[in-house]
Order: sequence, then C-alpha cells, then structure tokens
Amino acid sequence: MDDLLSEFLTETSESLSVLDVALVNLEQNPNDPQILGNIFRLVHTIKGTCGFLGLPRLEHVAHAGENVLGKFRDGELEVTPTAVTLILQSIDRIKLILGHLEQNECEPEGSDEDLIEHLNAMAEGRAVGAPAAPPPPAPPMPTFESVATASAPPPPAPEPEPEPEPEPEPVKASVPATAPQPSAVAAPPVPAGEAKESAVAAQTIRVNVELLENLMTLVSELVLTRNQLLQMVRGKDDSEFATPLQRLSHITTDLQEGVMKTRMQPIGNAWAKLPRIVRDLALEMNKKIDLQMLGAETELDRQVLELIKDPLTHMVRNSADHGLEGTEERKKVGKPEIGKIVLNAFHEGGHIIIEISDDGRGLNLDRIKQKAIQNGLASESELDALTPQQIYQFIFKAGFSTAEKVTSVSGRGVGMDVVRTNIEKIGGTVELKSQPGKGSSFVIKIPLTLAIVSALIVECAVERFAIPQISVLELVRVTANSEHGIEMINNAPVLRLRDRLLPLVSLKRLLKLAESEEEQQETFIVVTQVGTYTFGIIVDRVFDTEEIVVKPVAPILRHISMFSGNTILGDGSVIMILDPNGIAGATGESGMMGAGTRDAEAQTVRESHADLKTSLLVFRAGGDDLKAVPLALVARLEEIEVGEIEHSHGKPMVQYRGHLMPLIAIDGILNLRDEGRQPVLVFSDKEHTMGLVVDEIVDIVEDRLKVELSADNPGVIGTAVIAGKATTIIDAGYYLPQAFGDWFGRNDKEFGNADFHAPRVLLVDDSPFFRNLLTPLLSVAGYEVISVEGADKALALRERGDEFDAIISDIEMPGMSGFEFAQAVRADGRWGTIPMVALSSHATEKDFERGRMVGFNDYIAKFDRDALLQTLATTIAASKGAA
Amino acid sequence: MNQLVPAGKRPGTELAAPETQDFVTMFIEGQLFGIPVLTVQDVLGPQKITRIPLAPREVAGSLNLRGRIVTAIDVRLRLGLKKRAEDKKGMSVVVDMGGELYSLMVDQVGEVLSLPAAKFERNPPTLDPHWREFSIGIYRLEDKLLVVLDVGKLLDFTRNE
Repeated sequence: MDDLLSEFLTETSESLSVLDVALVNLEQNPNDPQILGNIFRLVHTIKGTCGFLGLPRLEHVAHAGENVLGKFRDGELEVTPTAVTLILQSIDRIKLILGHLEQNECEPEGSDEDLIEHLNAMAEGRAVGAPAAPPPPAPPMPTFESVATASAPPPPAPEPEPEPEPEPEPVKASVPATAPQPSAVAAPPVPAGEAKESAVAAQTIRVNVELLENLMTLVSELVLTRNQLLQMVRGKDDSEFATPLQRLSHITTDLQEGVMKTRMQPIGNAWAKLPRIVRDLALEMNKKIDLQMLGAETELDRQVLELIKDPLTHMVRNSADHGLEGTEERKKVGKPEIGKIVLNAFHEGGHIIIEISDDGRGLNLDRIKQKAIQNGLASESELDALTPQQIYQFIFKAGFSTAEKVTSVSGRGVGMDVVRTNIEKIGGTVELKSQPGKGSSFVIKIPLTLAIVSALIVECAVERFAIPQISVLELVRVTANSEHGIEMINNAPVLRLRDRLLPLVSLKRLLKLAESEEEQQETFIVVTQVGTYTFGIIVDRVFDTEEIVVKPVAPILRHISMFSGNTILGDGSVIMILDPNGIAGATGESGMMGAGTRDAEAQTVRESHADLKTSLLVFRAGGDDLKAVPLALVARLEEIEVGEIEHSHGKPMVQYRGHLMPLIAIDGILNLRDEGRQPVLVFSDKEHTMGLVVDEIVDIVEDRLKVELSADNPGVIGTAVIAGKATTIIDAGYYLPQAFGDWFGRNDKEFGNADFHAPRVLLVDDSPFFRNLLTPLLSVAGYEVISVEGADKALALRERGDEFDAIISDIEMPGMSGFEFAQAVRADGRWGTIPMVALSSHATEKDFERGRMVGFNDYIAKFDRDALLQTLATTIAASKGAA
Repeated sequence: MNQLVPAGKRPGTELAAPETQDFVTMFIEGQLFGIPVLTVQDVLGPQKITRIPLAPREVAGSLNLRGRIVTAIDVRLRLGLKKRAEDKKGMSVVVDMGGELYSLMVDQVGEVLSLPAAKFERNPPTLDPHWREFSIGIYRLEDKLLVVLDVGKLLDFTRNE
C-alpha cells in the first residue's frame, strides 16, 4: 500500500476515535469552545488530507461536517443532540469509507448526497426532521446498512448526561455510553471490515516519546554497568563470569540497538516538506529548481531529527533563494537552465553527515566583506588577512544577511546563526564551502544519538577528563626531541602543525590544576575543532575512547562553562566531560574571531603595548653587545666606501645623493674601517640625512619590543630582549640633533626671533617607550614637546593654563582612554580648538570614525613616523589658517 | 530570619511528629550536628572522589553512588573550618536536594537521636554569623549541644558567591 495512504489511514482512524469521544463530550458541554475547536480542527485536518490524497467522497462528507461544526463554533447553531447525531453519522460514514479504502485502496462507489444534504440543511439552519436522517435510503454500499442500523440508536446519545462523571476522566466515562455506536458499526456487520480497520493500525502503535526516552536512559545505564563488569573481568581469563558476561554484553548491545531503533526515523521525514517549499519558491522567484534528495532512508534519532528539521529547511530555502541564479542568469553563464539543489544524507563513523549543495553562484565574497565591516565584525585589514573560506564563515554571525532585498523567503538576517546554534546544540558541526560561480555546499555532521556519545579519555595532572569525540580532529604526541615542539609566544603556547600555527590551550592552566607547570617529557595535544576554529588542548596522557552517557552536572556547578556534563566510566569513577565550546570561549575564541575576541584583544593591547611586534634592526657598533633600533626609523642601510669619507670641521661626512651626510658614531669615537666598505644606517628627516656608523648589521627581527631596563645614558632608550638576547635599544632621536645641532641647529636659533616660537605639542601616551621614541623625533622636527603619561596629567596641564598648538594622544590608555580624553578636551573652551591627532597601534575604520566623532582631527598608526610628522604639520597649519 | 521559624515548620522536617524529631547526628571538630533523618539517603565511608576543577572550594568533587553521580560538599570548609587532616578518614551523609544527590562530608557520623521539641532553642545571637546562616537552631542534650543544620542553605551556593 502507498505509504502516504497507510499513514493517512493510521492517523485518521486515530483522529476519529478521538472525535467520537470529543463529540460526546461536546454534547454534554455544548458551550465549551475548547472542545468545539478541537473537533473542528480534527475534521478540518481529515478534510484537508483527503483533498490532498484525492479522495473526493471522503472530502465531501468531511467538508459538509465541517460546515456544521463551523456554525457550532461560531455560535450560529445550537449544539443539539440531533445535530451531534448527524455529525456522528458523518463520522461513521467516514469510517466506512476508510474501511473500504484500506482494503481496496480506493474509495467505495456510492453517493453520500443524502447525508450531505442533511448536513447542509443543518448548516443553513433549515429545520431538519431531526431523526429523519439516520436511516436514509441506504445507498448501494453493502456495509451502509450496518451504518444505518448502527446509527439507529442515536437517541441514546443524549442520555449519558445523567452520569455524574468524575472530572479526571470524563473521557473514559463517556466512552462506554456512546461508543457502542462506532464499535457497533465496525464489529457486528462485516467482520472483514473490522479486521481491515485494525490491520494497518495494529502494525504500529504510538508510544509516548517520554516512555522511549526513559527506556533509553535505562539502557544507557545498563550499557554503563556492562562496561563496568567487563572492565572488572578484563585480564582474568579464567573467570567463571567470562562466558555469561559475554552473553550479557551481546544482549545489552542488541538491546541498546533495538531501543535506539525505536527512536530512529528516516531523515526523509524531515525532508518531506522540502519539495513543496522548493516548488513554491521556484514559482515565486521564477527559477527552475531541481531538488534531489539522496539517502532519505538514513535513520537518525528522533530527537536529533526534530532539532535538525528547521535548520535544514532554512538552508534549503537559502540555497534556492540566494544560491541559485535566475534562469536568465544561468543561461548567460552557460549553466543548465535548471538549478540543482542536492540533499545527501549518509552515515559515517557514528555520525550522520548531511550535505546540502547547490550549483548556484556561490557566496558573494565582496558582499560578505562589506557586511562584516558594516556590522563591525571585522576591519578591512583583518579581512585581508583571512582566506575566502574564512570570510564565508561570517554568514554564521547573528544579523548577517547579504540578500539585497528581503524576500518573503529569506534575507531577514536571522538565519544562519540560528542554524549553527541549533546544530551545535546537539553536538553537531556545520562546515561551509563555496566556490564563486560553482555553488556552495554545507556539510552538517551530527551525532547519531544524543544519549550516548563516544568520548576520548585524557589525563591531565592525575585527573581524567572526557572530550567528545566529535570535536576531536587528531592527536599529536609531543616529546622533548620530536619534530613537533611546543613553542611559546609570550607564554602563549603554539604548535607548528603541517605549516600552520595551531594555538594551544593548556588544560592544566585552564582548569587551574597545578600551580607550577613543570616540564613534561611527553605531552599530547588533542587537536580540537569548534566551528571553524581549530585549536589544540595540551594534556598529559591520552587513554582510549569510551562510550559515555552524558549526565548534566549538579546545579551548583552549572556555571562552569568548561564542562558539558559528567559521566561514570567503566571502572566506576566519575569523570567530567569537557566542553570544547566552553574551552574555545574561555581562550577568547568563540568559533571565530567574534566580538568577544576583539574585546579580549583590545584588552591585551591595553595591558601591554610593548607586546606589539616591531621590526627591529639589530646591529653592532662600538662594542660587541647587540644594539637595535626600530626599523621604521631607518631610512636606508648603506655601505660606504671608506675612501669616500671626507672630513670637514673635523667631522666625518660623505657625499650622499647630492648632499653632504654627516656620519655619527654611536659612542662618539669614530672607528672607521681602514679599507673596504663601512656599513651605515641612514636616518633621514626631511632634507636632513645622517649616517650612523655601525660595525656590523646583524639581523632584522620581528619581536616584541619590551624595554625592560631603561638606561640613563643619552642615546639609549634601554635594554630589551630581542630574539632571545639582551639588546640595547638606540634612541635614534638622540643622534639626529647631534648631527644637525652642529650643522643646522644654529639656524633655528638665528631665525628664532620673537615672532617665531616652536609649535608646542602635547604628547599623551602611557607607554614610556613611545614617549621616548616620539619626543626626540618631534623635537628634531622642530616642535617643542611636552609628554605626559596619561589623560589626567594632560588635563592637569590644562588646569595649569598651558597652551599647545597640537595634541597627540594615544587611544588605548589605562584610566581615561584617548576617546574620552578627546571628548574632555573638546568639552572645554580652553583647549577646544587645539588640533588633536590620535595615535594608535591598531587603526581600524571603526576606530577612525569614532576618533573623528569625539573630536580628533586625524588618526594615524604608530610607527608611521612620516605620516605623523606630515599630519602634524598640516593639522597645525590648517588650524592656524582657520584661526 | 530562620531563627524565628519553629523547627517543626522547616521544610523537610515537617514530616516528623511535632513532639519529637529524629536526627542523624554527625561530628565535625568535636561539635555535634544533626540533620533530619528523613532527608538522609545514605551514610558512606571514605569514597573515591573525582575532583572538579574550577568548582567552588567547598565542593570536594563528585562520586559514584550505585550509578548515580553525587556531588560531595566539604561541610568543614562550608562552615569556615580548616580542611580535615589528610590522614584522618571522614564519612559522608548523602542527601537528596531537588532530585540531585549531595554527599555532605563530615568527620564522623553518629547515631540517630529522637529529640523532643522542648529541648529546641533558637540560635543564640552570639553564634558566629557564618554558622548562624547554616544553623536552624540548637538542641540541648544531656552533655552537649546539637546544632541543626539547614541542608538547603548548606547547598545553596548561589547566595554567598
């Protein structure tokens, strides 16, 4: 028999038995709108399905019945016993037709005119000779007579009233009173009829889901106990329990599978609505779409199925709506006119994989980028660093819709993030791949069942933990002398894994398991994936995988996001189950570089400016110790023929690019080479150029510039560890005036008459390094620089009545931030018009905007010396001009 | 507040007869404590306990009691006392709270006492505020005093964190 039909029969016969009871109830409480509504809905459903299945006779009867019920519901008709009888009659008729349908798979011949006539008359309010209806001229149907006879006792229907029903079960009580009719219909007249009625219904029973859930829990417990027993017997070959235990084990496994099966449903159930949705969509959008569904028979847990249904529907809609191009567009790019959406489901290693792919235009990278910037999810520069596949992942963010117009179907931006959340909720993952012009595909990986999961057991600081297998990609063993070594970036461990840098999380540190982290001879890294974020969890040991039943943790522990639950292992001990999502979240990474991450980043920037990486030029000069200078300050590296060095005024100099370039030694004592070429660092400032003579250029390294020891010597900022060695950081700003102080410096003073005063600049930066770096730089450029380490100090200067021509301020500062500082400056008349330049190590479009908003005139990145000087000059000029 | 409520009306104790109430007694640091006998599910000797990282200090860990996971609470720490010496083995009383099992770790579990309501008294105001929070009241015994523990408050970690 047709699946659809048999399902319809099962369902309808159930509805009908409910109806019988409900109708009788209605008769007793004619004014209960709830009962009426219920009945109406049931009949309506039957009618609807009949129409869908092409069963006109049934449909007509149901329709006429529905009409009457509708009037009842709207209060236009009074619920009288006669009327109820009539409805019951129609229900009987429906049952009759159903019986025939079940046996012959077609509706019986015959007409229901009489019944319908009565129903219509009733609906129209025409007084129908009340009892006239019941035994009308029996139509040709053989069984109809029985209906007639059976429905002959309608009068008894009203009788049940006197029964004082106990409230809790009015249903049961009333059934025996009136139910005789329906059963009488089926039972006595045609035994065959009865047999067929139950034939389909008897093959399946509906069981409360809760019961199944309970069973599942029990079986899970059984599995655990079995595992426990097996563990006890393991290693004792001669145990007398071995054989029975093995048998128990088999039975348990079978039982587990059996119970699991009761909860299994083919995924096709979740897909059933899709063809219709796609068809409607295709019509609406004027596209031609071919929806192919493969593996519809793949079964998965009912609970999972329910949860996956909506995400799936949503994704197919998306594919049809955004993914596939219109017919014209497809023709233009030489694709077949009909777009294809393929749904494919299959089992793979304890998981169900569902693929949804289309051969449409693929995701629009530029739109996503635009959107990401618009929504402040990432800056342009951040996006540039990402691969297209990484950028695509943005569609899983909340409020992200790239649809240019909101259609009735999609584009409301509530989609993919919900999809992802739903899938992750059931321990699944979603992956997205897209190729421009070729289409996109989503791969959903979900566990077969939620009750039992397979987990990897690991050990860390003598404690054992379980990690759900689904998140584990691979295991890497790290020993002291293996090729994979854990490297540290400012205490943040990373691992080079196949040409990629894998961020690592130390479980010991994360869970605060051990105070001190002693070096381990051998550690393991569990490479874990959460969404598209892959990271490694450092553990001490890895045991095998075990099937575990996830149990929620006690309420007092629910706030610990690192654990998704706990369970009892085979050996009877309790073990905590780690939640990879929680761990990823705790390390500042939630799926991707989410909003939270950016906050965290901002925080680290705030905490340690010096943690920023800087390119440094490392060299030797005037001694064996290493010296370094920020590369950004060095204009060029030159090697000068010793013979070309000339002396004038007793100072060494060379002719360099048409100018004279003074040469300066780092310690004042010039030790030029006797012959060959002399390495020189060329510092350039506008037209002034100076050469710093060095002995040897060692390297250019990118490292954190963290000045740990500051020096009192002029020309030295301090000492820092660079590339693992103590290195002196040279203050380039010191040498520039040294060179020019003698040569050009006097000029300033000569011109420096009363009218001219060097522009005063206030430099606000909490980092001593930058203050040290910029102050000389700016003084060389002809500014008088006052530097302070915080906004409050700067504002104190204002109170004191200091005047400045410009303010340069850092953004990330402890206490008052640069933004707040600017607001404070602008809010007060005294400094209200002073041009302000913001200085920041990470200038994003958004920061820029914000800077402008609060009153900064310009915004420049740190280390960009030329831009700073230029900007400063133009801003001051502009403000002077304006004034 | 709780001092004002007569013991007989406390939740979990109301099942007992109004005249006498049965208590499971236990000792911590020589002090006698009691909890209503009907709230007690089990009395356990030393158990293998799994530590729970990041949990509140008073949560000693979790243990497996016949297939159910029980959260162990160190009552000593909860009462602001020092941790039990490593070499001394403790005992636990398992209670059911909202469907969850908790094991209260104490030094020793004593006998069950039937105590008349007449011997009950409210907390003396001089009692340590920390203790007062977890104590419903005091029973005057012949030779010592018994502090009635409020299991609900003892397990309510939301308030004092």
